[in-house]
Amino acid sequence: MEEQAIAKSVLETGEMVLNMGPQHPSTHGVLRLKIHTDGEIVSKIEPVIGYLHRCFEKHCEYLSYEQIVPFTDRCDYLASMHMDHAFSIAVEKLLDVELPERVEYIRVIIAELQRIASHLVALGTFGLDVGAITPFTWAIRDRERILDLFEALCGARLLYNYIWPGGVSHDLPPKFVERTLDFLDYFDPQIDEFNNLLSTNKIFIERTGDVGVLPPDVGINFGVTGPSLRGSGVNWDLRKNEPYSIYDKFDFDVPLGEGTMGTIGDTWDRYYVRVLEMRESAKIIRQACAQLPDGDVHEAIPKKIRPAVGEVYGRYESARGDVGFYIISNGKNIPLRVKMRSPAFCNLSVLSEIAEGWMISDVIAILGSLDIVLGEIDR
Amino acid sequence: MTFADIIKFVETKAAGKSSIIEGKEVILVSPDNWVEISTLLKNESKLDFDYLMCISSYDKGDNKTYGAAYNLFSTTINHYLEVRVETEDGTAIPSVTSLWQAADWHEREAFDMMGLQFEGHPNLKRILLSEDWDGYPLRKDYKEPDYYRGMPVPKDKTYWD
Repeated sequence: MEEQAIAKSVLETGEMVLNMGPQHPSTHGVLRLKIHTDGEIVSKIEPVIGYLHRCFEKHCEYLSYEQIVPFTDRCDYLASMHMDHAFSIAVEKLLDVELPERVEYIRVIIAELQRIASHLVALGTFGLDVGAITPFTWAIRDRERILDLFEALCGARLLYNYIWPGGVSHDLPPKFVERTLDFLDYFDPQIDEFNNLLSTNKIFIERTGDVGVLPPDVGINFGVTGPSLRGSGVNWDLRKNEPYSIYDKFDFDVPLGEGTMGTIGDTWDRYYVRVLEMRESAKIIRQACAQLPDGDVHEAIPKKIRPAVGEVYGRYESARGDVGFYIISNGKNIPLRVKMRSPAFCNLSVLSEIAEGWMISDVIAILGSLDIVLGEIDR
Repeated sequence: MTFADIIKFVETKAAGKSSIIEGKEVILVSPDNWVEISTLLKNESKLDFDYLMCISSYDKGDNKTYGAAYNLFSTTINHYLEVRVETEDGTAIPSVTSLWQAADWHEREAFDMMGLQFEGHPNLKRILLSEDWDGYPLRKDYKEPDYYRGMPVPKDKTYWD
């Protein structure tokens, strides 16, 4: 009897709170997860964010529109071009500028190259999270070639300040189109190799298939967008549904999750949608390169940006989802208020919902498949 | 539906509960009517705004009027609506977390940055700043503190302009 009483007091069961992060290789940045567990089963996750808060929105109230572009670069540092493009589109909507055709084509080529680069990091680090080392080195090797192209384009490898409201900072350097097409010829077979190495790997499928299913209605309700939502089979891509820039001129498909390795909307689907999107991006780049017109890229850049009083909500499909810039102007060269809708911010908020009932090791896989960038979540 | 159709529909269902901001395609709703209007926008099958894109807080600059702009979208019908709810003297805005889960973090952010109060929010606490932060930084009358936990805050802004 006494032994039993002792055993009961020692082996008391209850909820355990496990801290993951802020410094942890699988949280993709400075993110802290308070994981409530019952044994090893997750019952609830409270993400604690804000460790990387850099007062982006407050800074914007002190800077002119031109000066904000380098700050948007630093929001999503894996897809800087997308952030610049999104902000520029919002400001252009406010100013009502007509852009030269060449600028639009250059922007599309650059944005799709950036999408491939960003997805490569997402896929590589996702492999790393679930224990596959080699795919990461392969992905980074290919991404390096895109960064080389960007370096030739504007001198920077990560934070470009390239797309400005009204235009782009430099015209394409000599032989840029040829080099891009060379890269695509090299890259297409690499995707097959990548699939052989990781996507159809038995161990990888065991770790990701059927794990962390995100039902489509839950995803929409939580504001999940981008590849994470398309993995659940929702046909929702701003490039198709509300074409901005000149995306309506190109022929491409929107890959959706099909539940090939389990249920629709599982971790594997979210992963594989990104693989397929790289092919679609390559398709768009080839078309844009073939149609690239001549022109002056600096023609439409305003000497001074002074929008009329009013506000605008600009939307953009970035590598992570639906970026929104809500800008209020009071007629001066400095905005009154800039609010950025960060896609990864909303995507992260669904984590607790879909990780409930899974093991701690699955949380790593689910988090990796949401592809978060903390720079953009915390702003 | 176009903006005019949406307005007409909302008027037939809830007459006089919302107004249009002049010269803009934006509905203005007072906090008292926001519960009714938001439920209508979300649950009415002809409107079906199932996707809350963004909640942006803003400061009107008179030290008492603050607002929240809700950008709504319907993924089934493909229409868009911006609704604003403005509040004076710190009146709370009803939370829409029960309709759109996405509102949870967006409302916490609006509270954190602009000090908007949301009535009925399950967990209204700071999200981006640390919990012991004083004041609401995005308000126009916000003064930076001289000290943070005993550390002086650098204030030399010579090269800012």
